[in-house]
Amino acid sequence: MGLWNRRLVLFVPYAWLLLFFLAPFVIVVKISLSQTAIAQPPYVPILDLSAGWRGLTTFFSALSFDAYRLLASDAIYLFSYLKSLTVAAISTVILVLVGYPIAYGVARSPRHWQPPLIMAIVLPFWTSFLIRVYAWINILQRDGLLNDILLRLHIIATPQAWLASDTAIYIGIVYSYLPFMVLPLYATLEKIDIALLEAAADLGCTPLRAFWMVTVPLSLPGIAAGVLLCFIPIVGEFVIPDLLGSSESLMIGQTLWTEFFANRDWPVASAIAVTLLAILVAPIMVYERLQRRHLETPK
Amino acid sequence: MRRNVSVFNLISIVLGLAFLYLPIAILVIYSFNASRLVTVWSGWSLAWYRELLSDEAMIAAAWTSLRVAALSATAATVLGTLAAIALTRFGRFRGRVVFSGMIYAPLVMPEVITGLSLLLLFVALNLDRGFWTVVLAHTTLAMCFVTVIVQSRLLDFDRSVEEAAMDLGCPPFKTFVIVTLPLILPAIAASWMLAFSLSLDDLVIASFTTGPGATTLPMRIYSEVRLGVKPEINAVCTIMIAVVALGTITASLMAKRGARRRERGALGAQV
Repeated sequence: MGLWNRRLVLFVPYAWLLLFFLAPFVIVVKISLSQTAIAQPPYVPILDLSAGWRGLTTFFSALSFDAYRLLASDAIYLFSYLKSLTVAAISTVILVLVGYPIAYGVARSPRHWQPPLIMAIVLPFWTSFLIRVYAWINILQRDGLLNDILLRLHIIATPQAWLASDTAIYIGIVYSYLPFMVLPLYATLEKIDIALLEAAADLGCTPLRAFWMVTVPLSLPGIAAGVLLCFIPIVGEFVIPDLLGSSESLMIGQTLWTEFFANRDWPVASAIAVTLLAILVAPIMVYERLQRRHLETPK
Repeated sequence: MRRNVSVFNLISIVLGLAFLYLPIAILVIYSFNASRLVTVWSGWSLAWYRELLSDEAMIAAAWTSLRVAALSATAATVLGTLAAIALTRFGRFRGRVVFSGMIYAPLVMPEVITGLSLLLLFVALNLDRGFWTVVLAHTTLAMCFVTVIVQSRLLDFDRSVEEAAMDLGCPPFKTFVIVTLPLILPAIAASWMLAFSLSLDDLVIASFTTGPGATTLPMRIYSEVRLGVKPEINAVCTIMIAVVALGTITASLMAKRGARRRERGALGAQV
């Protein structure tokens, strides 16, 4: 490709991402250091570049850490972060336990079955997140299908409240994120050379032992990718806990949403976002490293 | 350890698929229920679809969503394909780590962070929030997914065909258009579809970045769902599922036919 063509091919997406992905984070940090005001936009100070140097100095002297001080002083925010991390950790573990047998089953099925099976697992991912969560409200609500079936089977005597509970959040999360766990697991499991397992068997290894000593270690990159692909977005999840969970203890995504939309407190919402990003920066970088290794080494 | 379908594997596949599909199946079936109550089945009916046809707010929202999705998917496909070419064909260049970092991070970034930060950017730039800001936001998110899909296709195929064309004196740009592009076309089509459905699906980022007058379908559905289950919503969801399923199946059949034709072509070349 000609040098100018090359520059253009790189410049356009690069500039786009600098403007619409990186620059916004700088602005979020800036707003998180501002103070709430009854104005449009609802925060002060506003950077006034037309005032020149004086505008710059008044701007910097007006920055404050009030939003962060509020986050540190009110236990609600701390609980919200802790709840998000707990929910994300537990549901990621459940996802590995549920996803592994499915991915393993597909990877060990006859070759010509595998593409349609993988397609069947990915297909629900193409239908809306919102729809999939809504489908569970149909089932879990008080006069929903689950209570109906359990009552008829005489397993429970009175209808249970399944909705507005942590159980409902876990069901919704595992359901929505399952394809994200199964796909990377399948991708590594499918590549494992059967000859290795046959060698283990020839040397007197039982199938279960071979599974633990050969299959699981070889599938670790897939487990790592699946775990990160699920854990990071789940920490900031909004839709699932909002529709299926209770309003008593909020996950951090909901707290951010409430601060922004209900309280119109942009600085505090920004401070929540900055802190959340600080927590997630390490796992995001590990994920990027995995992606780079996977996508940028020629085969 | 032959490729026999063991009972355990079969059970885990069947249970997994049942878990994935039963809730959707139930939702679809109950959209045809004559009764307003979810648990009471009182015969098949299209009543909720008829009701939907007269719901102007819902139709307007659907129209907005479709336009946002078509525009942002197209822009994202162009930008994402360019980014994929840069990452697979340009070797090392300055700022490469930052660039690929900006491609991979949005894939896992919590939506509340992306949505809030984009909104604050639009406020800082003094852009009127509404239809176009949602298009910009969706383009940014979707282009990263496009890049990853096209990138893995560009890595997969045999580079020697490109090299052969250039050895025979074909200029690089022409090589790309007549050799590379046809080979990655199925991946580009698939990523356009993914970008389209991501946009159609998004609630959080759209809620942050939209303004008065531009309500998308998920925003409309969300505000209804918060008030409880309604058969009309089941009907909207069923239509969305049908559209997406048809689109995906057609796309995969087309990709399969393309692959078969390519294989035949390769065989012919060998003979």
